[in-house]
Amino acid sequence: MTAAIHLNNVSKTYGNFTAVDHLSFTVRQGDIYGFLGPNGSGKSTTLRMIMSLIQPSAGEIFLFGHSLKENRKAIMQKIGCIIEKPDFYTYLSATENLQLFARASELSFRKADIDRLLEQVGLQGRGNDTVKTFSHGMKQRLGLAQALIHDPELIILDEPNTGLDPQGIIDLRNLILNLNKQHGKTILFSSHILSEVQTLCTSMIVIHHGKTIVQGKVDELLSTETVTVRLELAQPENGIAFIQQSAWHAYLQEQGSECRFAMPKTEISLLVRALSEAGIAINRIDYKNQLEEYFLKITQH
Amino acid sequence: MSLFVATLQNEFVKTIRRPRSYIGFGIITFICLMLQAAFYQDGKEILSTVTAQIDSIFSVQGNILNGNLICFIVLQTLIVQMPLLVAFVTGDTLSGETASGTIRFLLTRPASRIQILLAKWLAGLFYTLMLLLVLGILALFVSRWIFGSGDLMSLNSEGLTIIRADDINWRWMGAFGIAFLSLSVVATYATLLSCLMDNSITPIVTVMATIIVFTIIGLFDIPSFDVLKPYLFTTHMIAWRSLFEDPVPYSDILFSCGVLVFHLLAFLGLAIYFFNRKDISN
Repeated sequence: MTAAIHLNNVSKTYGNFTAVDHLSFTVRQGDIYGFLGPNGSGKSTTLRMIMSLIQPSAGEIFLFGHSLKENRKAIMQKIGCIIEKPDFYTYLSATENLQLFARASELSFRKADIDRLLEQVGLQGRGNDTVKTFSHGMKQRLGLAQALIHDPELIILDEPNTGLDPQGIIDLRNLILNLNKQHGKTILFSSHILSEVQTLCTSMIVIHHGKTIVQGKVDELLSTETVTVRLELAQPENGIAFIQQSAWHAYLQEQGSECRFAMPKTEISLLVRALSEAGIAINRIDYKNQLEEYFLKITQH
Repeated sequence: MSLFVATLQNEFVKTIRRPRSYIGFGIITFICLMLQAAFYQDGKEILSTVTAQIDSIFSVQGNILNGNLICFIVLQTLIVQMPLLVAFVTGDTLSGETASGTIRFLLTRPASRIQILLAKWLAGLFYTLMLLLVLGILALFVSRWIFGSGDLMSLNSEGLTIIRADDINWRWMGAFGIAFLSLSVVATYATLLSCLMDNSITPIVTVMATIIVFTIIGLFDIPSFDVLKPYLFTTHMIAWRSLFEDPVPYSDILFSCGVLVFHLLAFLGLAIYFFNRKDISN
């Protein structure tokens, strides 16, 4: 299958500063990709180069197997995006803004299509309101609508959760999953909410200092990783005594009223069962997001 | 619908729907009506002061205070304001979108940067044409309706010229044509600056600063300035006045139009060059 995105040794320099340094990665069609990196890692610059907002200093970008430089028009018909915050013509209504974007994509559109799209992103009944009356979350939803208006094959979302309320985040998650599962869209998703990336994405790319440091399937990358588990036991003395005498002792890092373990995620249920069978009640159990720990580990070098 | 036509249509929609587009029309209407009201009230007195100097030589008869004279005065008065009004809209055309962030959506659509720039430039020229059209209707037709028509008495560096009323309409058409060309140069210069800057104010201020500096250079008879004058577009922005001389200096007017067209094409070429290479990193 042709790659949706392929970056080949792409660099971007501003004077002496290198924002992106010989970056290469591939996004397969039909996947949801998480695109991660600390602030200043070159994420936004990379996304902007893919969207032809910034010209690479070196290297080449291919989308759907074609060079972006040579086939920009055809490629842009297939891509929808939100790059950072969504900005609109505030003196126009939501519908008028979408009409503008539809026209810019050479689409013949009907008002009914735009109404359906607005409903899809949760803005039903707001089409005639001027965008200046919209909250940031509503603009973010409208941003999604403009990204989807031309039914693109590839959707690039840069921090799409920003400004959304919890319901908005759930709606967005469902929309992304629906677009991927039901319509086969490829999605490149950049976010600082790592739990969201872990929930949504099948694959991920992590960049740091403008270079790829990790790329692969999320499950495969995290399967070998240990997580930090915190247990609050009802009877700490009995519980610690049990753990000291068992094989679980190898994972124990800290003991007290709260015990801390570093262990594979897959073994958490086994530990809980072992404690339960030993008659030791657990008041509380939590573990730090696995991707969060993984991300911090690989980017703190 | 071709992509360029669609892009052009979008730019027209934005120009028409943007509140700031109407400020220029409001200002022109206000200035025209204000001058017409002032001349309606005190025009005869003002003119008698002017004609008193030539009364001993000429016998002035008929309606001197007519629509043609008022239009001539309004056009001379607005020579400073019109570029500002044009720059106010065209200087914001790209920098405004960069500042507001909408440029990102615009440039991630299939239209090429050249198509987007040309669509914006043409929309700017359309706006300039509309401004001149409103000015023409108000300054010429409304003035003729209020003051009546008549021969135009124009005083210039060469002396006093009387243009007969039945020989004036083609001159007005030519004058508005040259004024449109002059303002198109300003609009194109503002578009060029708009490509280079990321905020709306700086291009507008820079256009005005350029016009002020060039006009000052044009005012002084200093040899080192004289070398520059023929190449400054501001020198040729007042070429429309030559159409009200007798005989009309066609070769001078053609030279001025040539210089203006050269500036227009140079500014447009530079705008395309810079906009094609501009990184949208904000």
